[in-house]
Amino acid sequence: MFYREAGDFKTSYVEDGQTFPIRLDRWGYYAIVFIAFAAIPFLINDYWANAVFVPFLIYSIAALGLNVLTGYAGQVSLGTGGFMAVGAFACYKLMTAFPEINIVFHIIVSGGITAAVGMLFGLPSLRIKGFYLAVATLAAQFFLVWLFNKVPWFYNYSASGQITAPERTVFGVAVTGPHTEAWAKYMVCLVFVFVLAWMVRNMTRGTLGRKWMAIRDMDIAAEIIGVSPLPAKLTAFGVSSFLVGIAGALFFAVYLGAAEVGEAFGPQKSFLVLFMIIIGGLGSVFGSFAGAAFMVLLPVLLKNLLVGGLGWPTDLATHFEIMLVGALIIVFLIAEPHGIAQLWRLAKEKLRLWPFPH
Amino acid sequence: MSSLTHKEEVPEGGYRTPDGRIIGGVLMDLKDITLRFGGVTAISNISFDIRQGEIRAIIGPNGAGKSSMLNVISGFYVPQEGEIWFRGRKRPPLKPYQVARQGVARTFQNIALFKGMTTLDNIMTGRVTRMKSNMLEQAIWWGRAEREEVENREVVERIIDFLEIQAIRKTPVGRLPYGLQKRVELGRALAAEPDLLLLDEPMAGMNVEEKEDMSRFILDVNDEFGTTIALIEHDMGVVMDLSDRVVVMDYGRKIGDGTPDEVRNDQAVIDAYLGVVHE
Repeated sequence: MFYREAGDFKTSYVEDGQTFPIRLDRWGYYAIVFIAFAAIPFLINDYWANAVFVPFLIYSIAALGLNVLTGYAGQVSLGTGGFMAVGAFACYKLMTAFPEINIVFHIIVSGGITAAVGMLFGLPSLRIKGFYLAVATLAAQFFLVWLFNKVPWFYNYSASGQITAPERTVFGVAVTGPHTEAWAKYMVCLVFVFVLAWMVRNMTRGTLGRKWMAIRDMDIAAEIIGVSPLPAKLTAFGVSSFLVGIAGALFFAVYLGAAEVGEAFGPQKSFLVLFMIIIGGLGSVFGSFAGAAFMVLLPVLLKNLLVGGLGWPTDLATHFEIMLVGALIIVFLIAEPHGIAQLWRLAKEKLRLWPFPH
Repeated sequence: MSSLTHKEEVPEGGYRTPDGRIIGGVLMDLKDITLRFGGVTAISNISFDIRQGEIRAIIGPNGAGKSSMLNVISGFYVPQEGEIWFRGRKRPPLKPYQVARQGVARTFQNIALFKGMTTLDNIMTGRVTRMKSNMLEQAIWWGRAEREEVENREVVERIIDFLEIQAIRKTPVGRLPYGLQKRVELGRALAAEPDLLLLDEPMAGMNVEEKEDMSRFILDVNDEFGTTIALIEHDMGVVMDLSDRVVVMDYGRKIGDGTPDEVRNDQAVIDAYLGVVHE
């Protein structure tokens, strides 16, 4: 049983266009989806949910969102943290204003609000490109955090300036608030990840994705064949912000439970998500997951290894971990600038010929 | 040639070529175009027309304003003076993507492919103006989105067959050699099924074999799809063989216009560009 297309004949363009053209890949994908939905919820405990799975899933959504904008459409953004804050605060306001409506709708509407804000900040992208756009989005990041700090209406005039998620249920099961079970948190995030990743994949393989990539690769040529730049860029900002907003809403409501805007959604969050997509691979759905996994799992792994395994003091381990992650990022970028997704692609290409490479 | 045996009517404004093809009326008429960049006049007071179904060449020395002329036609530059008439209607100043939607496609002198995308995706991108499904349909990949993808894929596959690039269908274009990239770029322009195809030096930097291939494709496009073609080219042998009529430019002015034979024997054109053969 070798890893290749041979014998797996495609007889229609629909089959030829599918996401996993190789049979073994398809099986692997079905297996992962099956394990994620049918096995992990029964095994998960609080530690695994809070340290590994829930942050991984939420950051995957944020990385997918930024990858749509930066990886597919080529518009660099440093405003991810700010847009996550928009999602979080929109979700908080909706949760407290309409407690009788299901939280799932609140989260989706929060994404919609963030999409609108993102498109507004995306308007300058028509005029400015590259680094200048990055600086403009960084301005959005600082402005939004400042706004949520300064205007008490956003945090319902609470004395601490924090927002705290009240308990909300889906089908009678608590998904936010202090009494949430680990598996419930995990399942909410997983469903969002699954649906959103599927939608992003569909958008990027169709004509919308080709418009984005055309603008990214050569905007003049894109225009000459009939891609009008304004809608193409704004849809990228819209879709991207929608995802980032949902990630922000989940991050606040399901993961943190309570958040202070500068701490939870500061510029470091923007850079973290940007690192994820650069390490994972720009312009790749798989890369978004790989990058999120790398940035979330590596610190956890190191901590367990150093503190749990070698018995180092916690503070020393924390500093060492920061240094090591930084060094690894640099090494990684030198060794494979196109990210984990490219490594994965190369591995698959090699595997297709293995064991007869000539 | 079948048109030799059938005595077809030559439409108004058209003519019959020496090889028997029928050329129709005026498709695009450029009237007194003047284009300035600050103090530099790139194109001064040039008029010519492009007729339905013909292969029209624009030649001239470097810096004569040939590429600027194509950029005016495709909407990159808006001329300060002059009018562009397309399909019998005066064209207002349009953005390049609006020109594309009217049925004008082009290739570039320096290849302008989407390097990160496969050959197939590049050519599929040529069909964006025909894809109408909205974002939601695309996101859930249902109904119109998938149907459109398949319908357009069929058209694109015909172009891939036509250009004989089946083997590189799923290769990222950045990895392809120069000659093939030029061919993919032609494919992307053809995918739009244009009425008017602009080719900016389609054979620059090619060897003889590649030039012959490309010439064959250009003639076949004209013959099979009836596409009107305007091209810029420096290889005089190719230009004289391919084109029905030639415009000659020098320093932004038009110094000659006519059939290849007329142009070849025009003293002004010989002085400015062609030169004389030294025995």
